[in-house]
Amino acid sequence: MRIIVLAKQVPDTRNVGKDAMKEDGTVNRAALPAIFNPEDLNALEMAIQVKERVKDAEIVVVSMGPGRAAEVIREALYRGADKGYLISDMKFAGADTLATSYTLSMALKKLSPFSVVISGRQAIDGDTAQVGPQTAEKLDIPQITYAEKLVDIDDKSITIKRRLERGVETVKSPLPALVTVHGSADPCRPRHAIRTMRFKHALTPSELQAKSTDYSAMLDSCSYLRIHEWSAADLGAEPARLGLGGSPTKVKKIDNVVLSHKDAKVVTSADSDVESVVVELMNEHLL
Amino acid sequence: MKNIFVYCEVTEEGHVADVSLELLSKGKKLATTLGLQLEALVIGSDLKDLEKTLYPYGVDVIHYANDKSLFPYSTLPHAAITAGLFKQEQPEIVLFGATSVGRDLAPRVASKLAVGLTADCTSLEIGDHEDAKNKKSYKNLLYQIRPAFGGNIIATIVNPETRPQMATVREGVMKKEIFKDDYKGVLKNIDVKAFTSDIDFVCEIIDRHIEAPKVNIKGAQIIVSGGYGVGSRENFKLLYDLAELLGGEVGATRAAVDGGFIEHERQIGQTGVTVRPKLYIACGISGSVQHRAGMDQSSKIISINIDKDAPLNAIADYVITGSLHEVLPKMVKYYKQHSK
Repeated sequence: MRIIVLAKQVPDTRNVGKDAMKEDGTVNRAALPAIFNPEDLNALEMAIQVKERVKDAEIVVVSMGPGRAAEVIREALYRGADKGYLISDMKFAGADTLATSYTLSMALKKLSPFSVVISGRQAIDGDTAQVGPQTAEKLDIPQITYAEKLVDIDDKSITIKRRLERGVETVKSPLPALVTVHGSADPCRPRHAIRTMRFKHALTPSELQAKSTDYSAMLDSCSYLRIHEWSAADLGAEPARLGLGGSPTKVKKIDNVVLSHKDAKVVTSADSDVESVVVELMNEHLL
Repeated sequence: MKNIFVYCEVTEEGHVADVSLELLSKGKKLATTLGLQLEALVIGSDLKDLEKTLYPYGVDVIHYANDKSLFPYSTLPHAAITAGLFKQEQPEIVLFGATSVGRDLAPRVASKLAVGLTADCTSLEIGDHEDAKNKKSYKNLLYQIRPAFGGNIIATIVNPETRPQMATVREGVMKKEIFKDDYKGVLKNIDVKAFTSDIDFVCEIIDRHIEAPKVNIKGAQIIVSGGYGVGSRENFKLLYDLAELLGGEVGATRAAVDGGFIEHERQIGQTGVTVRPKLYIACGISGSVQHRAGMDQSSKIISINIDKDAPLNAIADYVITGSLHEVLPKMVKYYKQHSK
């Protein structure tokens, strides 16, 4: 059984420090560390749990992004994935969720037959939660969103407990299916020491070329160290459906957030100050 | 017929969801600006009498897809009906609530129709667009406005070429407003069988546990809200003490929820609830754009923070520079003292 995990490298928008904004008010991307999208780690854990329940399963991790996104593929290998594919091409730049899901679906078609595709519910840089359902639609397979627990899996079907706004729901779907995993699902197990040793030299062809030491002989003898890399041409994708040009949504305008100061009443935490604020609010019938 | 559609969600109790009524209110305004009609799509089982709720929001056409197989919500049949109807009716704009259902359905439908979709918009406006590169100009596009990139920027998104222009909006962002009490439109029934086939019913819902909402943070007049600066679940008790005394509710930022200090139902902001209380007491909240998007229409804002430069202070009416451990008990004390 082939299990595919979709993982994204994202800027860590949850830890935006004071140096995250440049003086001109634009985002200083260099100051934001690149991390494994948190819910994609929950997805990887669910994939490992699927693998533990079925015979002869392999976990293939797929990431679309620039060359440095090979980092998340290595991280997935350290934690339990078996193989990695980096989907990378300048032609993908500026893709919205529709163009992204088209690109991913073309890669997944090349990895067919697979039984289940598992991804995080959403990535923290966009929070759209759209790429999962759109990829499922492009592949014409059912989607199960907001998965919290793997209930059951066999050759033909998967049963998932979903986390909804006001409760939970258990859904059984035939395979193949696409599952998006909610942050409330089990956290991903940590790196495995032996796997980390084994995969620390896993490289994409581009990374191999950039190395000063020639590792190609090692990669030839240890094929598991190859992180595969696919370009737009490798996918046989229609160029008009890729990247910015293939995206129906366009960014018309970006406004930096500028705070205009109100005339706030600024006080200290001294007793008399707090008391005067409370009394003022009570006089205005706000309390 | 190039109109504005709102996907109206039906709750467990068989009512139209609040977020859908809010979107109908916004949809009516957009429709009036553009000289279009407002249409509602309702999918479910045993749909009846909902038109009495819907018409006063200015709905000109209601489309019912009524079949016992259509409740509870399941992705494939709802997506087949929604996309099928849109192919037939060619809407100009479609709005979905950014709920568990809307966020599951809207992207599937957008992909089927190969059109753009913008998630979690905090504002929708109509305006023109110049495409400098292709030297084309567009009239009356939907501006889909949302914070992006961790809330450091506000992006205005447009879909120049594809129709419908689709967006999702969180509950509470738009205001629910009756258009006319005695407004009447027409009711149309969708032939469900014409849009769905057996293959849309392959997923089976085995079990469901849906609870009534526990917290009514949206309706609270006073909200005592905590951010990551509160520090722990235990420290949130200080906020609960004050909220209980004032008859208010406790809210939180996403950072506090992600930190495990408090449950998600209390999250305020772009990916939580939007609130407009008469008094918002922010404790240890630095004030990201996403959080402010969910509370900046509060009538009065108090910011309690040890950081005198916290971005939230810029929109506050009162800034108390100090530790919430010190300030909150004092507020309790002086409120009790003066309310006697």
